[in-house]
Amino acid sequence: MTAPLKEHAVSRTEGTSPAVRLTGVSKMYGTSKGGLLALDNVDLTVAQGEFVCLLGASGCGKSTMLSLVAGLDAASAGTIELGDRRVALMFQEPALFPWLTVSANVEMALRAKKLDKKERRAKAQEFLEIVHLGGFGDKRPHELSGGMRQRVALARSLAQDADVLLMDEPFGALDAMTRDLLHDELERIWRERTLAVLFVTHNVREAVRLGDRVILLSSRPGKVVRDFPVTLARPRRTDSSDVASLAAEITGHLREEVVRHAR
Amino acid sequence: MTVETTTTKGSDRLSAEIAGLDALELAGGQRKSLAARLWGRVWPMSIAVLIVLAVWELVVLSGRWPEYVLAGPFTVIGELGARLGDPEFYGAIAVTMRRALTGFALAVGIGLVIGALVSRIKPLRAGVGSLITGLQTMPSIAWFPLSILLFGLTETAILFVVVLGAAPSIANGLIAGVDYTPPILLRAGHMLGFRRLQLYRHVILPASLPSFLAGLKQGWAFAWRSLMAGELLVIIANQASIGEQLHFARELSDSAALLAMMIVILFIGIVVDMVFEAADNSLRRRWGLHQVRN
Repeated sequence: MTAPLKEHAVSRTEGTSPAVRLTGVSKMYGTSKGGLLALDNVDLTVAQGEFVCLLGASGCGKSTMLSLVAGLDAASAGTIELGDRRVALMFQEPALFPWLTVSANVEMALRAKKLDKKERRAKAQEFLEIVHLGGFGDKRPHELSGGMRQRVALARSLAQDADVLLMDEPFGALDAMTRDLLHDELERIWRERTLAVLFVTHNVREAVRLGDRVILLSSRPGKVVRDFPVTLARPRRTDSSDVASLAAEITGHLREEVVRHAR
Repeated sequence: MTVETTTTKGSDRLSAEIAGLDALELAGGQRKSLAARLWGRVWPMSIAVLIVLAVWELVVLSGRWPEYVLAGPFTVIGELGARLGDPEFYGAIAVTMRRALTGFALAVGIGLVIGALVSRIKPLRAGVGSLITGLQTMPSIAWFPLSILLFGLTETAILFVVVLGAAPSIANGLIAGVDYTPPILLRAGHMLGFRRLQLYRHVILPASLPSFLAGLKQGWAFAWRSLMAGELLVIIANQASIGEQLHFARELSDSAALLAMMIVILFIGIVVDMVFEAADNSLRRRWGLHQVRN
């Protein structure tokens, strides 16, 4: 069911250049006088095949950072290096096109490729099967549940053949049960495809559950304050005591960051 | 960092859990059958029509107006029946519908082009945008004196006003649709690599379809009204039309014929409206913009 579409080397960190490298990246909204500094001098690297979670309270510029890496917005200062890697971005909402079927939504990501209609359809079917939605290609997005729609969005991102997957609180709007299952699902897909993932969340346990590293950002302006490596063995469980204790430690730091703004 | 292979058992379990959750969440409702939906609409409509006919008959019986000014429903229905067997009647309807469709088609073409340009080009929007809305509020009958001066008592004079009446609504529908394209879909389109024209074709135009359809419906209503006004004002010799028959029925004080033609106009309006409503409903159903009335 989950035939790999690309051959991958087993070692994830092989190769010299990181998948994403941000150097001294700042982002200013508005004019310099009355402007808002959303990101301040951020340095960050994500290795190929690495799963990095960005964690922070409101106003830490998490989403801004993803927009910059995705090329939806330009940085005010600093450089973002991606090499020739392709980037896909998943939002908190599925952002599917309601006028298209589920399959056609995924096929939109395959437009750039020189495929005829039948091949494109077959390819989309492969990606839908990866997210366990092989039987739903002819449905409309509104006929699916929230979790299923988010999986269609994941299939569409994968279909873009991206090496770097940016995820902006993709499971934030889902119930706990669905979210747990999607964590397992995402972890499985990430392993099979050697993706570099930059995953934004404000849920500390989710970050510890998924990440190889958890990066803590300060708020207003967003800055990297700490980088926690997560060495717990995979697969992890959100409700395990290991995850809980590391999450508690990180939550402590996060709260300190929040308290700094209580003036 | 080592990669452990998930046991097949584990992944099977995951698949089963996901499939189970999907099945639980998809307990969907069924649509009512076509017959049930039709019946649900027909009986309230029939009762409403009966009430209107009864009130009408009562007014006639009250004797306030003589029969040649206000004919009763039975006379009018008889007159309508007689006309339905008359080829000249269908000729008149054909002329009117031809004008309506030609005018509406022209208005759609012009409205589309103007709407597309105005929604894309900023200075054009600043200059023309409010003008379009202004045109929309202008009663189209006010254009007829000018139109008749320009084109004489010809069909062109009628079509000119019909197009002026309908095109602004259609253009506005498209502009509103483009403006209200959800930003998240634009971002999604951008991430899929669509730029400019491609973004327009794959995201913006389809996203503006519901609003465009509403514009079409409004445009039709304006076109139909302008057309009726035009046919009453611009009588072309030897060319029977609905408006022309209405005009002569009044001249001849033939109240039954007048009311019969009015019923025909009302009927055509309702039928066309139902077509638009059906299109709108099917769009909403496909997009999941319920609730669809049944």
